[in-house]
Amino acid sequence: MTKGIPRKVLYIDLTHKKYWVEDRLELFEEYLGGTGVAAKLLEEELPRNAEPLGPDNVIVLAVGPFNAVYPTASKTVAMFKSPHTGNLGESHAGGRSAVAIRLAGYGAIVVKGASDVPVWVSVQEDRVFFRDARALWGMTSSHTVGRILREVEPGSGLRTIMRIGRAGEKLVTYANVITETYRHFGRLGLGAVFGSKKLKALVVGGKRSVPVNDGKLYREVYDELYKLVVDSPLMKKYHEIGTPINVSVLNALKALPSCNLQGSSLETADKISGEYIAANYLGRRVSCAHCPVACIHLAVLREPYEEEPYFYKTTFVGYDYEPIYALGAMLGAREARGVLELIDVVDSLGLDAMTTGVVLAWATEAYSRGLVKEEDLGGLRLSFGDYESYKKAVYYLVEQPTELYRDLARGLDYAARKWGGGEFALSIGGNEMAGYHTGPAAYANYAFGARHSHLDSAGYDLDQETIGKTPQPGELVKRLYEEESWRQVLTSLVICLFARKVYKPEIVSKALRPLGIEMSVDDLYALGKKIYREKYKLKVREGFDPGKVTFPKRIFETPTPHGVLTASYMSKVKEEYAKLIRNVVTGE
Amino acid sequence: MARLVITDVNKCVGCMSCMFACSRRFGEGGLAKSAIHVSSIGGVERGYKVVVCRACEDPPCAAVCPADALVKRREGGVVLRYEKCIGCGNCARACPIGAVQWDLEDNKPIICVHCGYCVDYCPYGVLRLAGRG
Repeated sequence: MTKGIPRKVLYIDLTHKKYWVEDRLELFEEYLGGTGVAAKLLEEELPRNAEPLGPDNVIVLAVGPFNAVYPTASKTVAMFKSPHTGNLGESHAGGRSAVAIRLAGYGAIVVKGASDVPVWVSVQEDRVFFRDARALWGMTSSHTVGRILREVEPGSGLRTIMRIGRAGEKLVTYANVITETYRHFGRLGLGAVFGSKKLKALVVGGKRSVPVNDGKLYREVYDELYKLVVDSPLMKKYHEIGTPINVSVLNALKALPSCNLQGSSLETADKISGEYIAANYLGRRVSCAHCPVACIHLAVLREPYEEEPYFYKTTFVGYDYEPIYALGAMLGAREARGVLELIDVVDSLGLDAMTTGVVLAWATEAYSRGLVKEEDLGGLRLSFGDYESYKKAVYYLVEQPTELYRDLARGLDYAARKWGGGEFALSIGGNEMAGYHTGPAAYANYAFGARHSHLDSAGYDLDQETIGKTPQPGELVKRLYEEESWRQVLTSLVICLFARKVYKPEIVSKALRPLGIEMSVDDLYALGKKIYREKYKLKVREGFDPGKVTFPKRIFETPTPHGVLTASYMSKVKEEYAKLIRNVVTGE
Repeated sequence: MARLVITDVNKCVGCMSCMFACSRRFGEGGLAKSAIHVSSIGGVERGYKVVVCRACEDPPCAAVCPADALVKRREGGVVLRYEKCIGCGNCARACPIGAVQWDLEDNKPIICVHCGYCVDYCPYGVLRLAGRG
């Protein structure tokens, strides 16, 4: 009998405003939780070729056996059909989401249907409340929505408040869901799916116990993990400067995409670096629930009111490497303040920071080349480094006053097909690129990873490891596949991928034991491959064709640490991936 | 004798490791048995409050217990006599700082015993076990 495994699934039907709970122990026993369970639940519930922004789309939120049990197991996996790529959407977020869902008594929550009026849903352990959100709909800032819900909902400290901003309501295909103000279900448009269902927020709270099979062994393994997380150098990078440490690292490597990847370094990188922001703006560091690392870095901006002397507002802005890359380096930032102000606006609207930055970078270049005009841009003359214009432009992406903004609100794949400039539209596999122009593995990862996210297979890591000895395409694809399939295990447990070097296969196997789950290292690897297969089966079912993926010309123009990438190398990578995915899906 | 104290609440990052540690004393995961409560003071950017028992010398929780289930500890605070407790909740309502948490699964108060197990799981030194001055 495995005591320490989640088993209950909460189903919420927004169309009929009803809910029910099912015992799905068999599903958790087979797939653990997180990614594995979410993929199966989505496959069960999502009709073939469902419209991503229609009522048939389904949102699955899943946690796993390590959540609320071990340190840095802080993430929730969301799965849905993405309105951005039109295919499998998967997005992970921390905050208190995972601990709250598990301690409310659930392994997963499935949200189906669509409400006719704006609602928010509050899950208080066994009870679910549908609440009227009409007064919250249309609010300018997602921060205000968070403030209101904090006041009216119970369970301070033990709850998650997942909400959308205006971008989600306006169905921008890269709208985020925000949780605990500074964490996001990002990238693939979960916010727009919430918006299409008229779901303004989902509040979940609870404080149950998680029984284990062997309490003594549980404490022992916990201590071993806790020491690795806190005392070993494995987490130092996230702990001190945080992820923005990468700005300097990648800039020195010439792998930091700048000005729409016209360059791979930035002259002013030292003015937007993690070290610089820490020295000049860092105001507080906070944590996700059950993670002692505290990688969430909040900058403080003190802004004067022009019309009122001696009147200031103080704003906290969460910053990480990726927003600095996209809203900083890609837009030619000269100093951090503009970047931080822009991040704040993007967050309050509930847009994805990475996609927004890449979209604006494209628009800036398209304008300079005359593909789009000032009137298309709502009267803005975008130029790299001009943050006053960028701050206005992000409002336009949400409010969509012109045809261009309506198209840009669907991402670059869509916009560039209509307006041209595809050769410098940095969207790969339907998703805007992450901040690593490190070499071929990064691009293979963006193109063929299940989420088209750099975290699928960490191609950027492999690139940095192999500078000067670029692997053959076949070897490169093999290594990315090994990495991505192992990560399926980690995101089924669900741990934060920042702790991937702590949660090695041996210790994962050991940590499952006190929970009553016996899995060898080989069993775990096999499970990872099985989940990978399930995800790609779903992707292929929904129309993903690896043979049809293309790369924008720009990536072959700007040198990487592996030299200038060649189209012939990348087309071999594509062949290898197409073969791999075919074999995996057909079970050969 | 020792009691649990907060050194500098501004260093709290809200990781809840102390709360999980408190529950883990009973060999279980989750938070049902935690005598500590951490929550933001109105958005995480403003920081956190960390609510722990202050080990009062004249504890209001004991004063209102109708069942004599809370016995004063010599060094401050109280000890819960579990079998006497009727789960009325007077103690939780009487504590002005809200330091009596509630075990919803057992319907009993959760009383801090000032064992200091949590202290080892606060990497920022917010919690400390102090002698009584």
